[in-house]
Amino acid sequence: MQMQRALAPPRVAIYNRPRFRAVFYQFALLAGLVWLGYAFALNAKANLDAQSITSGFGFLENTAGFAVNQSLIPYNESDSYGRVFLVGLLNTLLVAGIGIVLATILGFAIGIARLSPNWLLARLAAGYVELIRNLPLLFQILFWYLAVLGTLPPPRQSISLFGEIFLNNRGIIVPAPVAGKGAGLVVAVFAASVTATIALRLWAGRLQARTGRQIPLVWSCLALLIVPALIALIAAGWPIGFVAPELRGFNNFVGGIRLLPEFVALLVALTTYTAAFIAEIVRAGLLAVPRGQGEAASALGLRRGLTLRLIVLPQALRVIIPPLTNQYLNLTKNSSLAVAVGYPDLFAVFAGTTLHQTGQAIEIIAMTMGVYLAISLITSALMNLYNAHIRIAER
Amino acid sequence: MAAPSQQSYIRRALLELEPPPVASGSVLTRTRARLFGGAFNTALTLLGVAIVVALVWPTLKFLLIDAVWTGSSRLDCLPQTLDREVGACWPFIGAKLSQLMYGFYPASEQWRVDLTYALGVVLLAPLLIPSAPCKTLNAVVFFGVFPVIAFFLLIGGVFGLPHVETRVWGGLLVTLVISFTGIIFSLPLGILLALGRRSEFPVVRTICVIFIEFWRGVPLITVLFFATYMLPFFLPSAWRIDGLARVLVGVVLFAAAYMAEVVRGGLQAIPRGQFEGAMALGLGYWRMMGLVILPQALRLVIPGIVNSFIALFKDTTLVLIVAIFDLLGQLRAAFADPSWATPVTLFTGFAFAGAIYFVGSFGMSRYALFVERRLNIGRLH
Repeated sequence: MQMQRALAPPRVAIYNRPRFRAVFYQFALLAGLVWLGYAFALNAKANLDAQSITSGFGFLENTAGFAVNQSLIPYNESDSYGRVFLVGLLNTLLVAGIGIVLATILGFAIGIARLSPNWLLARLAAGYVELIRNLPLLFQILFWYLAVLGTLPPPRQSISLFGEIFLNNRGIIVPAPVAGKGAGLVVAVFAASVTATIALRLWAGRLQARTGRQIPLVWSCLALLIVPALIALIAAGWPIGFVAPELRGFNNFVGGIRLLPEFVALLVALTTYTAAFIAEIVRAGLLAVPRGQGEAASALGLRRGLTLRLIVLPQALRVIIPPLTNQYLNLTKNSSLAVAVGYPDLFAVFAGTTLHQTGQAIEIIAMTMGVYLAISLITSALMNLYNAHIRIAER
Repeated sequence: MAAPSQQSYIRRALLELEPPPVASGSVLTRTRARLFGGAFNTALTLLGVAIVVALVWPTLKFLLIDAVWTGSSRLDCLPQTLDREVGACWPFIGAKLSQLMYGFYPASEQWRVDLTYALGVVLLAPLLIPSAPCKTLNAVVFFGVFPVIAFFLLIGGVFGLPHVETRVWGGLLVTLVISFTGIIFSLPLGILLALGRRSEFPVVRTICVIFIEFWRGVPLITVLFFATYMLPFFLPSAWRIDGLARVLVGVVLFAAAYMAEVVRGGLQAIPRGQFEGAMALGLGYWRMMGLVILPQALRLVIPGIVNSFIALFKDTTLVLIVAIFDLLGQLRAAFADPSWATPVTLFTGFAFAGAIYFVGSFGMSRYALFVERRLNIGRLH
């Protein structure tokens, strides 16, 4: 009897019971947030009325009336704010896309150089990483824009690289690709060669797995890629080429594509800055592969290049890719600093100019944040899928 | 031939014997092997030498050898007047130093800023030195009392100190105020968010996850715009919030979300047994966290916390986009002064500001490394 009484649940006041507390606290928190949201909405309405701003997304159809100096889609001043949004978004994606590709290449090169047995190269790579990582990105963007590109000579005294690329204070002019008649044929032939190359690689891989026989893959792939395209080019009368820019008149370049100094400054700063972080990620990833893996590969007779490609990299990538995606996201978000130099990205033309013209702060900032948030969330979702895919299968 | 050997990679001929590795005793031999062992390696070394010659040497020449050290106007830094190649124009920095350090803080009141700096250094230094005594008291004074003193000292309006509006603050002062405020408020807020994210209460957890992922998913500049242009709409129109304070709200919320993720990493590294042990001792939630879990978790993530601080320190530059003139903003303003316009002004200014940012971030990262090593030594024994 004594025993049973001791085991009976003790009498606790209701406000001390865990279940009650859990429900109460969460309810209180939720009520507080709802009240806060309600107060915000009420204030917003009063403030908007006081400044006679009509809320809503109707403004997107109004005429923007300002020019944008770089656009991937046709745009002129009589287009709507909605179109401005699209122009800005495409410009953001353009600089982010190119930046990601370049930063990856540079970052991997520097990350591998940091682990080089060559002392001087390793030191230089380390110096680069420390210098770039410890300076603010905005500082670097302004440095490239004001100090480097801003002090280039005027168009007449352009610095010329190989007579094809011209650098001056109004931007960088690069040769423009042109496609004449028959270019479609060449592209089709090249696409077919690429497909054939992939098929050849798969077949060669299977052949090696079955019989151990290797075929000279590099040479045959190169030949397969180049020869048919070359034949097609000659057959069609060389329809693809580049038009080198030429200085005509006082300071005008004819032909070629002019890259805005704003674009170049932003791209260079984003690339070099992100590459420093990628280099550290690559280095950590390569170091995370146990030494024994590389040693076992050499013991099996694999050469250094093959060891890196077949043994070390696949294992390192498992460590590298999640933080690498994070850096890609950072680069995309950091591209919003374009506003400091006036490159017309989403943030500059929409949250900058459009906000100042319309005063629709709530809608515009919410839309801008929404875009970046969507990019982030979609990327992390893809990342999680990928992570689940490459995870080492544990039994 | 037997089937199995056809399907495998077994080598059939013996490899030729390799010569034994050369004993590499002397420093010279080793250095030579490291730098010039093989054609590819030699090429890399030559490339490295070329980079050093092309970049490092001109930089040193610009900053020190060709630099102009004394002068009173742009004329002293022009190649025409000096009749030689001109490097950095340090008199420009001398002329703009007050602006770069204090913004337009009245010259007669600048001692207050200096006093705040001095107080901060005196309180911070013993906190960073592991062997200094009274850590708890020191921390309480630095994180609790110092901000209050600094606030009144800088703003004024009490004890006979004239009021100085934040509009005239600028330069390094604003950079440090934003960084320090961000650090002080984002750490506790981040800890709360991290605890909330690991809470058993679904509502608390959901709210914290949404909050953290939202701020981490948007660029800081949109947060600053949110704080500057959108926040005033949500508050009663009678509240007039100072421009700097608005930015601080944005920075703190943003930094707290990142801090929360760092702290969460530390919480996840604490073994279950620690939680269970604390509960078995009869500790409630807050005591369990405060006395047992957080002291261990925070210690684990000190490097991560310092990295967040470095990121915050660098990110303060973004406030120049919402018209608050921090060090970089004042530098940009100083460039616009025609009385100092020379071909080298821009490079000089960037070199000076860059050195300040570099020393700040590099110093913090070295300190993080030092703490990490110390902690690891403790764990090895």
